[in-house]
Amino acid sequence: MNKIFLMSVVLTISGVLPALGNEGDPDNGNALYEIYCTQCHGISGDGKGINIADMSVLPRDHTDKDEMSARTDEELMKAIKHGGKSVNKSVLMPAWDSNFSDQQVDDLVAYLRQICCTN
Amino acid sequence: MINHRNWVLAVTLLLAGTPYLVLADSDVAQLMADCGDCHALNNPNYTQQSATERKNRKAPPLFYAGNKFNRTWLVAWLQNPERIRPAGYYPPAHILRGADGDSVDTSSLPEHTALSAADAAQTADYLMSLKPFTSLVEAAAYEPGTLSWKMGNLTFGKFNGCDACHRDAPDYGGTSGPELYTAWARLQPGFIASYIADPVAWDPHTLMPGNSLNPEVVKKLADYLKVNGEDFK
Repeated sequence: MNKIFLMSVVLTISGVLPALGNEGDPDNGNALYEIYCTQCHGISGDGKGINIADMSVLPRDHTDKDEMSARTDEELMKAIKHGGKSVNKSVLMPAWDSNFSDQQVDDLVAYLRQICCTN
Repeated sequence: MINHRNWVLAVTLLLAGTPYLVLADSDVAQLMADCGDCHALNNPNYTQQSATERKNRKAPPLFYAGNKFNRTWLVAWLQNPERIRPAGYYPPAHILRGADGDSVDTSSLPEHTALSAADAAQTADYLMSLKPFTSLVEAAAYEPGTLSWKMGNLTFGKFNGCDACHRDAPDYGGTSGPELYTAWARLQPGFIASYIADPVAWDPHTLMPGNSLNPEVVKKLADYLKVNGEDFK
C-alpha cells in the first residue's frame, strides 16, 4: 500500500499521471482539423490544401504512415503549439498555442494518429 | 421621419441589444437588419461558445467595425464590393478535392450586395459607431513607420510565413486568409498592429494563428502592409 502511494506521488510530481489523464478526443480533433488545418494540410489531410500553390515547403502529409509514425506525440504537440520552427521545420507552420487549449491540442494529435495510422 | 414600420424595426433591434442610432433616414434601420442577417452586429460572446461555432458564421462579425475599418474605404467598398477573401469567410466550405490537391470552388462563393452611395454612407456611419475594442487598439500603441519593401517582404514571407495564407500581391500567396495588398486602405493602422499581435483577443475563434510575435516583428509587419499597400495604389 505504501509502495503504491509512493509511486503515485512520484508519478504525479514527474508529470506522468497528468499526461496519462489527457487523452485526446479524435472526433473533437476532427472538427478542429477541418476548421483550422485543412486550408494548408488539405481536406483529406494529404498536405495538398488550397494554400500550397506558392509555398516553398509543402505541408506535412498527415496520411503518410511512415512519416507520422516517426514523430512522437510530444513532437506533434510542440509543432502545433509553437510552430514548425520549434521542431526545426518550416516557419510556414505557425504557432497555435494562443488559439488552442492543451486539451484541444491533445484532441488534434489523437485525430492525426487516426488519419495516419488506423485507416 | 420615422414611419410605423421602422419604429417596429427600431424597437426590435433595441430589444435584441443592437446599438440603434436614432437616424433621420429610417431606411438605415432596414439596412442594418439586412446586414445583421449575415454579420454579427452585437458581441456574440464567442468565448462562451465552442470553436465549432466558427463554421456556422455566414460572414465576418461587424460589432467592432468602428475599430477596424477606414470609413473612406468602407463607403467605396459597399458600393462596389470586391472579394477580399479568395476562398470565402469559411474556406473549408468552398473546397473541391481533386487528384492534384484541393482547389477553391469559386462558384460556391456568395456575392456581397452593392449599396447606393447614400446607403453606403449611412451604413458606414452606423458601422463606424461600433467601437467596443478601443482599448485593444490603444494597447497596441502602434505608430506607423517605414522600412524597405524588401525587408518587409522578407519579414512577411520568409521569416514568418504570413504568405502561407495571405496574398500581398494579387497573384502571390495563400488564399484562405483575406488579401492584404489593400489592407492599408481598408483597415485602421491600430487594428492592423493589434490583430497581428493578438488575433485571439479580437476573435477567440479566429482562423489566424497567434504565432507569438514579438512587438518589433509586429511593427515591421504592420509597416510592411503600409509600404506594400502604398506601392499597390
